[in-house]
Amino acid sequence: MAIIVDHLNYIYGQDTEQAVHALQDINLQIPDGQFIGIIGHTGSGKSTLMQHLNGLLKATSGTIYYNGQDIYDEDYKLKDLRSHVGLVFQYPEHQLFEADVFSDVCFGPKNLGLSKKDAELRAFEALRKVGFPEELFYTSPFDLSGGQKRRVAIAGVLAMKPDVLILDEPTAGLDPKGREDILGMVKSLQRESGMTILLVSHSMDDVAEYVDRILVMDHGRIAFDDIPRNVFSHVEELEEMHLAAPQVTYILRDLEKAGIDVDENATTVEEAASTILQAFGIK
Amino acid sequence: MIRDITIGQYYQTDSVLHRLDPRVKLLGTLLYLVSLFCFHNPAGYAVALLFLILCIRLSHVPFGYMIKGMKGIMMILMITILFNLFLTSGTVLVSFWKITITVEGLKLAITMALRLCMLIIGASLMTLTTTPNHLTDGLEKGLRFLKVIKMPVHEIAMMMAIALRFIPILLEETDKIMKAQLARGADFESGGLVRRAKAMVPLLVPLFVSAFRRANDLAMAMEARCYRGGDGRTKMKPLIYAGRDYAAYLILLAYLVISIFLGRWSVMTELLTSL
Ligand SMILES: Nc1ncnc2c1ncn2[C@@H]1O[C@H](COP(=O)(O)OP(=O)(O)OP(=O)(O)O)[C@@H](O)[C@H]1O
Ligand SMILES: [Mg+2]
Repeated sequence: MAIIVDHLNYIYGQDTEQAVHALQDINLQIPDGQFIGIIGHTGSGKSTLMQHLNGLLKATSGTIYYNGQDIYDEDYKLKDLRSHVGLVFQYPEHQLFEADVFSDVCFGPKNLGLSKKDAELRAFEALRKVGFPEELFYTSPFDLSGGQKRRVAIAGVLAMKPDVLILDEPTAGLDPKGREDILGMVKSLQRESGMTILLVSHSMDDVAEYVDRILVMDHGRIAFDDIPRNVFSHVEELEEMHLAAPQVTYILRDLEKAGIDVDENATTVEEAASTILQAFGIK
Repeated sequence: MIRDITIGQYYQTDSVLHRLDPRVKLLGTLLYLVSLFCFHNPAGYAVALLFLILCIRLSHVPFGYMIKGMKGIMMILMITILFNLFLTSGTVLVSFWKITITVEGLKLAITMALRLCMLIIGASLMTLTTTPNHLTDGLEKGLRFLKVIKMPVHEIAMMMAIALRFIPILLEETDKIMKAQLARGADFESGGLVRRAKAMVPLLVPLFVSAFRRANDLAMAMEARCYRGGDGRTKMKPLIYAGRDYAAYLILLAYLVISIFLGRWSVMTELLTSL
């Protein structure tokens, strides 16, 4: 049970002057229950790859297997795939359309053919999971703040109960508190329901803090695919790709250079704090 | 998906036609289109076709790219051909079952198809070689004389410029929202007419909301930069005729004289003999 991406290529605007080779020979295996972070400079192909995983874009060549089935097979139902692989777009609040929040979240489950009652139950559950205040359930989605809209949009996908959840920069344009809330919620989702989660992000600190594995994309290729610790040990290469390591990595490197014996591969703030305390002999 | 429409789009490259003053192109296109409806014999069409081919070569726009945009009007073209072919009365050419094809019908179908193709290629040649900004600049300056009868020429040109500018943005937005709703299990393709119309709601509502939001932002941005209409407004790059523009006018005139002379030969001779 997993997603396998096999020699995937995608070209935008093929046969025109402005053809863009957005994905080049992508190979991937995504086992169940993993929390994966995808980072890369703007235009590196992150969103394009994510749209392939639920069949919104069809590869120019190569293929994708979901649970052992080729999703490009003639008789494969892409609509089913989309109910298993949920995708939350960059700035998802632009897709809200119903008169009130609750009905908007019901849209997904209703499309799955669920009865009104089941759809409402799922919507309720999803809105609770994203921590959306109950007194706002029946207001218009257009009257909400940016962060609230974002939660509603994520709930709209969660209500379909996908096995794999893809979030394309879910924290873009939110304040630090909103970012932490959303990422914390995503992490707890993964812990509680064992969902596979793919998180696209520009913030190394966010990714380092939460994920099990990191994919680094560069010019349509996968440059690194490893656990955070190993990926962030390639600071120079990352900087060449216009990326950076988490802030703690830089601090630890400087401390190391200053002759203090710290573990410079720590990636989260907590790990860093403990290794620094240790170096100074404080428990 | 929706991005494949090329009619009315600009094609970025460098050519004489691209550099030409938009007023020349506007007037030229207008005259060319009118001329297509004045011909009465093949010679006229031959000249018009030759002129078009010359312009296409000059524009450096790949012919394949132009044709791709014509797919959308294929239906209209087919219907025109079929109607003219089967519904024109005259001397019978072939006849089978309930269908008869007449000589006149065949002639009419061919000329109409030719006319339609040249019409569309001629018009799209203008938009392919002129940026929307340039086009509206040309319109504004070319139609300035209408100000005398209190036509708000500048305002109309500005509205056109904004509308043209927004087309690609709205297409992109439609694509995005469509994908987002597909990801939520929406189905735009199956079902009867009513179901399909209903399925458009999740697409249209966000699209309108975003269009209004954009319009609002734009109005605000324009006001913040003290935009107050066309009065007393100067241009950074005013349109000034260059030598090539006068040359183009001359070529246009030559085309008109030759094509009308040839295309209406029969009418002329009649006129002359009657004198
Ligand atoms: N609809 C499109 N048509 C043509 N080219 C596109 C389209 N969408 C993306 N591209 C191009 O494909 C490449 C990859 O784009 P993509 O959106 O996947 O990047 P990204 O990694 O998600 O960037 P960002 O971090 O800015 O979201 C870019 O070079 C982009 O210009
Ligand atoms: Mg993106």
